[in-house]
Amino acid sequence: MSTTDILFYFLSALAIFSAIMVLVSRNPVHSVLWLILVFFAISGHYILLNAQFLAIVNLIVYAGAIMVLFLFVIMLMNLNAETEPQKHMWMKLAGVISGGCFLMVFVSLVRQATDMQNKSVLMKTGDIGLIKNLGKALFSDYVVPFEISSVLFLSAMVGAVVIGKKD
Amino acid sequence: MPIQYYIYLCLTLFSIGIIGVLTRRNAIIVFMCVELMLNAVNLLLVAFSKMHHGVALGSSPTTMVGIEGQIFVFFIMVVAAAEVSVGLAIIVMMYRNTHSVDINFLNRLKN
Repeated sequence: MSTTDILFYFLSALAIFSAIMVLVSRNPVHSVLWLILVFFAISGHYILLNAQFLAIVNLIVYAGAIMVLFLFVIMLMNLNAETEPQKHMWMKLAGVISGGCFLMVFVSLVRQATDMQNKSVLMKTGDIGLIKNLGKALFSDYVVPFEISSVLFLSAMVGAVVIGKKD
Repeated sequence: MPIQYYIYLCLTLFSIGIIGVLTRRNAIIVFMCVELMLNAVNLLLVAFSKMHHGVALGSSPTTMVGIEGQIFVFFIMVVAAAEVSVGLAIIVMMYRNTHSVDINFLNRLKN
């Protein structure tokens, strides 16, 4: 078991445990904090795969901006005490069973797929995660989606302000 | 690391997100589970991009074959950020009108 394998298993266990704690927590603020831990674990996976730009952008955008927005909204609504009435126990069990059925179907699909045998992921090396190569590809081949995404941001910003106005 | 381990990990995270969307009643927690699903898909896209890159590195050592996966992840993050801002604005507006973020209560407003 090399260091890479140990890190992979540790980060995977951390991500799955934190994701389960997101569901199980009764306090919404605790759920947000566990989700931030999930994002840290996934950024660790990105660093293992040498996707350096995506690891840093994941931390800055998701854990740094989006989760802070969630915390603002939760604290604005003063949801620190758990005030939602819980669903019935059998409805929660039905939700867990349907999620488990989904997982079982796809795991069985992956296990019997023949064109995914003996393919391994290149970890710790590889130049495509570096910001230089990603920037070159983004601004040469994919410049049109890049400019359209700026228009998307503008429209999202205008929409959020219009929706949030206190008229 | 064979690719199946990454597929199992991302499938587990995705199904935990699905269970969260089906089970929880707080609209903000449901929104957070959607973000969890998006992140699981991002990780799987990056893993597949490295798999294809590793396969193509055998033929020519300066190839950029798998880079589309990582660029797609970049655009998914862009769309997720825009969606979160608009979605939270909608939730705040509905909370201002009804003083509740319970999705069963908000569901009754479709008259």
